[in-house]
Amino acid sequence: MKAPLSWLKDYVDIDIPAKELMDKLFSCGFEVEELIDIGKDITGVVVGEVTECEPVEGTHLHVCKADCGDKGVFQICCGADNVKKGIKVPVALAGATVYSTGKDHKTVEGVTTIKKGKLRGIESDGMMCSGAEIGVSGDMFDGGDYCGLLVLPGDWENGADVKPLLGLDDCIFDIAVTANRPDCQSILGIAREIAALLGKPCKEPDCSFTPDIKGDAMKITVSAPDLCPRYIGRCVKDVKIAPSPLWLRKRLALCGLRPINNIVDITNFILLELGQPMHAFDLATLDGREIVVRRAKDGEKIVTLDGNEFELTHENLVICDGGKPCALAGIMGGLNSEITENTKEVMFESAKFARDSIRRTSRSLGQHSDSSALFEKGVNEYTVETASLRALHLIQELGCGAVASEYTDVKTEYSKTARKKMSVGVKQINDLLGIEVPQNKMAEILKNLSFGVTEEKGILNLTVPRWREDIDLYPDIAEEIIRFYGYDKVKGTFLPSAHITNGGYSEAQKAEIRLKRALTESGLSEISTYSFYSPKDFDTLHIAADDKLRKAIKVLNPISEELSVMRTTLAPSVLQVIVRNLRRGNLEGKVYELAKTYIAGNLPITNFPEERAALAIGIWGKHDFFDLKGITEKTAAVLNVKFEYVSAKRDFLHPGITAEIFCEDKYVGYLGMLSPEIAAELSLERDVFIAELDYEELKKHAKPFKYSPIPKFPVETRDLALVCGKNVTCGDLEKVIYGACKYVTDVKLFDVYEGGQIGKDKKSMAFTITFTPADEDISERVDGFVKKILGNLKFHLGAELR
Amino acid sequence: MDIESDIKATYSDVDEALGQVTSTKQLSETKLRFLGKTGRVSELMKRMRDVAAEKKREIGQLLNDLRMRTEEKFAALGESLKKKELEERYAAETVDVTMPGRVKESGSFHPDTLIKDELVSIFSGMGFEVFEGPEIENDYYNFTALNTPADHPARDMQDTFYLSPSLLLRTQTSAGQIRVMESKKPPIKILSPGKVYRSDDDATHSPMFSQMEGLVVDKGITLCDLKGMLDEFAKRVFGENVKTRLRPSYFPFTEPSVEVDVSCFECGGKGCRLCKGTGWIEVLGAGMVNRRVLEGCGIDPDVYSGFAFGMGIERIAMLKYGINNMKLLFEGDVRFLKQFKD
Repeated sequence: MKAPLSWLKDYVDIDIPAKELMDKLFSCGFEVEELIDIGKDITGVVVGEVTECEPVEGTHLHVCKADCGDKGVFQICCGADNVKKGIKVPVALAGATVYSTGKDHKTVEGVTTIKKGKLRGIESDGMMCSGAEIGVSGDMFDGGDYCGLLVLPGDWENGADVKPLLGLDDCIFDIAVTANRPDCQSILGIAREIAALLGKPCKEPDCSFTPDIKGDAMKITVSAPDLCPRYIGRCVKDVKIAPSPLWLRKRLALCGLRPINNIVDITNFILLELGQPMHAFDLATLDGREIVVRRAKDGEKIVTLDGNEFELTHENLVICDGGKPCALAGIMGGLNSEITENTKEVMFESAKFARDSIRRTSRSLGQHSDSSALFEKGVNEYTVETASLRALHLIQELGCGAVASEYTDVKTEYSKTARKKMSVGVKQINDLLGIEVPQNKMAEILKNLSFGVTEEKGILNLTVPRWREDIDLYPDIAEEIIRFYGYDKVKGTFLPSAHITNGGYSEAQKAEIRLKRALTESGLSEISTYSFYSPKDFDTLHIAADDKLRKAIKVLNPISEELSVMRTTLAPSVLQVIVRNLRRGNLEGKVYELAKTYIAGNLPITNFPEERAALAIGIWGKHDFFDLKGITEKTAAVLNVKFEYVSAKRDFLHPGITAEIFCEDKYVGYLGMLSPEIAAELSLERDVFIAELDYEELKKHAKPFKYSPIPKFPVETRDLALVCGKNVTCGDLEKVIYGACKYVTDVKLFDVYEGGQIGKDKKSMAFTITFTPADEDISERVDGFVKKILGNLKFHLGAELR
Repeated sequence: MDIESDIKATYSDVDEALGQVTSTKQLSETKLRFLGKTGRVSELMKRMRDVAAEKKREIGQLLNDLRMRTEEKFAALGESLKKKELEERYAAETVDVTMPGRVKESGSFHPDTLIKDELVSIFSGMGFEVFEGPEIENDYYNFTALNTPADHPARDMQDTFYLSPSLLLRTQTSAGQIRVMESKKPPIKILSPGKVYRSDDDATHSPMFSQMEGLVVDKGITLCDLKGMLDEFAKRVFGENVKTRLRPSYFPFTEPSVEVDVSCFECGGKGCRLCKGTGWIEVLGAGMVNRRVLEGCGIDPDVYSGFAFGMGIERIAMLKYGINNMKLLFEGDVRFLKQFKD
């Protein structure tokens, strides 16, 4: 929202500097994102009268004398074609800063400092300026667009600074307006806030006029009242299309709108001034001289003012005449009813359209305008009324048409025009704020904000200004009061009246933290990756077409395909991180992520899907399978569970270096080496290992840590080197050893050996077995245990002591 | 030879033997030779029984002297040898202390985790319980129950990812507020951290990020209580001298709503690059829970009031650690990650 200071001053007497006003606006909820000083690049330019002007032979130049009053008289060499004796022009004295322009003498290319110098050997002590050179366009000052000198009025005093005279001392507040204050998307809205801030009155715009002629009222039918609660049409005849006067063009130009002609400019002026978008129809183009506000027919077409054609549906609201659509309601007028230089009769539309209807149409057609932006934020019917009057006032002020006395105002059943009344308790408000704002202060603030206020003891009876549709309940009033009373009056207290509550993490949350801590201590870095990825990521991992992992929930409106499906497995995310690291030269690393996967029952989803936490681990560089397995073992230890590993296959893992993990016979995950085929496809030059655990399943098995007493008797250990068939696994041997004796608490492989004297199909595996006694001395019995273990090993696996 | 000459000879033999001793090991061997059970001195002692009665006293004295003197000599030499040997050992074992230590490299926590834990520890001390709601929400919890009906302009404040006409990726952890207020009676003090999603992607916005939402509902809760709690939060997270400032803002689910700034902890409020010269840094949004929201959850707004606040965890992390691009947090570059030890 752009608000020029000069315009705001039309409604409220602003007697503080712009910077101070900016701070005040900030304190009451209007952040000035930028304070634009429009003349900041221009300095040292004064009014100068050309008192002598002689052509320089053989050139287009003139050597002039410029009388700059108290600044002196300067000799200036000038190339402009309109320089002549007697005119007053802006003179940039030595040291002044002005814009340098391109070959067209219009395009600003930068800021330049004027120096004394010589032109064709002739001394020149400054520069006479064009409008472009001092940032003054034809909409700011007549003649500003001319490529020659900007001719100034003859009554301006020689030597006076041109900036205030040309309006270059103005500044523009670019204000962020919160979504609850659509009424402040206007100069007037901001002026009302400023008036309340300064405790001064706000002058409402003049909406008065006297009808020039008796006109016939338009026939207006609103057949979609839910989308158009209010519609007012007012007519002007004998229209004289012409450029707007300078003051009006200047206002539009300062706010970044291009002046077009008086009728269109009036609608744009009101859009800026009151925040009410208006539209002007050329009445002669309307069949039957009537207006029908209705939903479009499916397939109906309209060409808007900008020449774009749209095919519409019944979702879109259109303004039609007796037959055809003439405007895309609230968004843009139709080309067929555009104001042209031949327009003689005009109907001004001032209406309220439902904001979500405008938003949906604007979005679905991709057609946006200043008008649609305001309707989406919401307009109020008070302003709908005043805007329609203000337009006619401006017609008369500009003298560009005859105002008709008759008009049509359609108030549908959705129209709301009553002023809201409410009573609020002073205590209610102070209880919410936690401070004591005196009643008279509250009343004063609300009156400044145009509330109607009558007071009883402890009670304020309020009538809400009609443009404040955001005011709903007493907390809204509390907010108005504290906004102006000052948030700095809110002093911190620490819940003096609240109950004591118990805080902290739940047990499940604590378990997650323990797991993260253990993994971090094991040298892994925690990562966080997006919950969505590309369906192509499944292809990268060679995941089969019918795999359930591909049953991923789609984002209906993704930013890009890269982020378009909710992940069903963390493996692609971890692999991406590893690939990125390797490409950046991080040749070694260990990472993990504990995050959710999203598992749909049916696709497309109709119910809440399952959010299933998973733990993914990725390591790369100088590591092997057993480094990764060490990490999954650490995980098991933290959860106080035992994992079993079974050789397995996965589409994306090395078929000989992959295992599935089971916990109490339940599948809980996998680990393995990235298939060399995929590694080659991704040009990875380091080995990559990935594990993924179903944390949701693991949580069910996790056991709380329990203390067990230190054994009274020392543990016993025995080392056994076993010879067995090559196909016998370490896991097989461990299982038998554990099964043979209840005192075995640990079996640790410490050596594997093949070849030599052992025999071709055999291998040797050496274990340290730990026997832990409960409450007895087992030292004498250990040899017996070992005997039993060896017996079982031989019986079940054909393994023998080496 | 008579015993007296032998005693004399022993003195000189001891001296001679000690003169050849260079180590404590040799010393104890030599000591055994003279002072052991079968050593020279003991052997001389045994010859006492052959000494004439009248000389016994005199010889006894001589023998005792010999023993004492010998022991003293051994002890003295022992001391000096031990010292010498220690010095030799020290010299031999001396290391180059400037050589590198052996570090067992530990991993790291994601910055989000560090900030989240810090925040949780601050607020759990104040009695806040941690509640984590689902990331996939429906329209009701994410918008409608938060006083943001379908035609509300605030729906445009956050661009939402939809998964079905009614299911969406939550745009704010506030969605969890409603679930808590529906299931729990006041007093309520919860903290709701989690991932949220918005259709935004640039240096300071990411389509996925984390928020931490706080909610208090009890009797007599005021705006001053909100301020007091946030003062404490700001001190603990950003430093003892950091102040907070409230300024008006708008969220559909709170009224009044405020934006909360902290005084710049980098420059102390004088104005610097971090605070863009203003002296203040915006850190979170907050407000008094809207009566309509309480009502919708079956809590009587005439009896109870409350406040809520929500902040972006990445934003706090970026401020606290001086991270300038949000993307770094989600790229998983180990050179970045490894810096966040704890």
